[in-house]
Amino acid sequence: MDGIADMGGTEGWGPVRPPRAGEPVFEERWQGRAFALGFYSIRVAGWNVDAFRHATERLDRSAYLDDGYYGRWLNSAELVLTESAILAPGAIDARARNLRGEHAEEPPVPEPARPAYAPAAEGSLRTVDTPPAFAVGEQVRAKDMSPPGHTRLPRYARGHAGVVELIQPAAVLPDTNAHFVGENPQHVYSVRFDSRELWGAAAEPFAVTLDLFESYLEKIS
Amino acid sequence: MTGAGSEERLSPALRTEALEELLTERGLVDPDAVDRLITQYETNVGPLNGAKVVARAWTDPEYRRRLLDDGTAAIKELGFGGLQTECLVVVENTATTHNVVVCTLCSCYPWAVLGLPPSWYKDPAYRARMVREPRTVLAGMGLELADDVRITVRDSSSEVRWLVLPERPAGTEDMSEEQLVSLVTRDAMVGVAKVVAP
Repeated sequence: MDGIADMGGTEGWGPVRPPRAGEPVFEERWQGRAFALGFYSIRVAGWNVDAFRHATERLDRSAYLDDGYYGRWLNSAELVLTESAILAPGAIDARARNLRGEHAEEPPVPEPARPAYAPAAEGSLRTVDTPPAFAVGEQVRAKDMSPPGHTRLPRYARGHAGVVELIQPAAVLPDTNAHFVGENPQHVYSVRFDSRELWGAAAEPFAVTLDLFESYLEKIS
Repeated sequence: MTGAGSEERLSPALRTEALEELLTERGLVDPDAVDRLITQYETNVGPLNGAKVVARAWTDPEYRRRLLDDGTAAIKELGFGGLQTECLVVVENTATTHNVVVCTLCSCYPWAVLGLPPSWYKDPAYRARMVREPRTVLAGMGLELADDVRITVRDSSSEVRWLVLPERPAGTEDMSEEQLVSLVTRDAMVGVAKVVAP
């Protein structure tokens, strides 16, 4: 999907923040808790990491940005847990109000609706029987596609040509795994794109590599 | 998500506490497991792991070769691996080649060797601009690269994770592996800084 998470090359975010020495892992206590609860919510809901990332990219602008990275973890956990009916919509806010002394009515606990999903193995790496469709050094093009669901092909690379630099271990396809419709493991290629191909003749000279699934790529005829 | 409209916004701290209560009171999440995961990334798994990998590579040419050949296997030799680091590729920075790592789509990062990502790595400005004007972004972060240095940005779009093997600085020839470990910074292993001699 062409959501807020797909930030590569977009403008309007202001200057980068220089690194700060001695920055704590979690600046505030809740951030560590939100991270851990987000992590465990995947297991509680019976989801997978691709589905969790897709939940994050479906957050609205405020939920995605306002409380930073760990705010995203918290809000993604909420989305995962309400969509799998572990929690009712509004349950977290109602409990939060009660924690600060209000008398909010909490919604009843729903009947869980975990997806009919089980991974074929741990992690995301898989064995694929078919040989790779593309070779190291081969010119390929990232497809000009804009799927409504999850994908790991960023907008800025779509339609552009690059060269296969490395063939990486085959892995579960996030585009289908995120929607619980199959792992569809594929070969993964590190593809090198020239900056002028991506951003035009006036771009700084550099290259970008992306790790792209086989179905994201097409031969250049 | 936070309430819409004119409702007062609830703080993420309060909402996190509410979420934890809701899950623990039903036995869905063990609060001790939450504590353990936090402790794991606050104290055990951080950039010190990566620094040990780099110092070993600087002092052991055979290890360096294995690390660049198969990063996943080479870090396993030192006991590192696990979450968010199923497949690690290590790339070397030299006087003329510079690699820098980003994740434009979320904030993928090699947890097993660097821990959880620092704030600047997760910042939209870094994610958006590093693939568009890396030389300018790096200069803004304090790293000026000469014009003849070729920059490659590694955008972590799959489960492959990237680690930069920084250039060993001149003047460190007499330092031991242990002493070198303390020189290597997280920023250099992401590629937004160089390692400097003491």
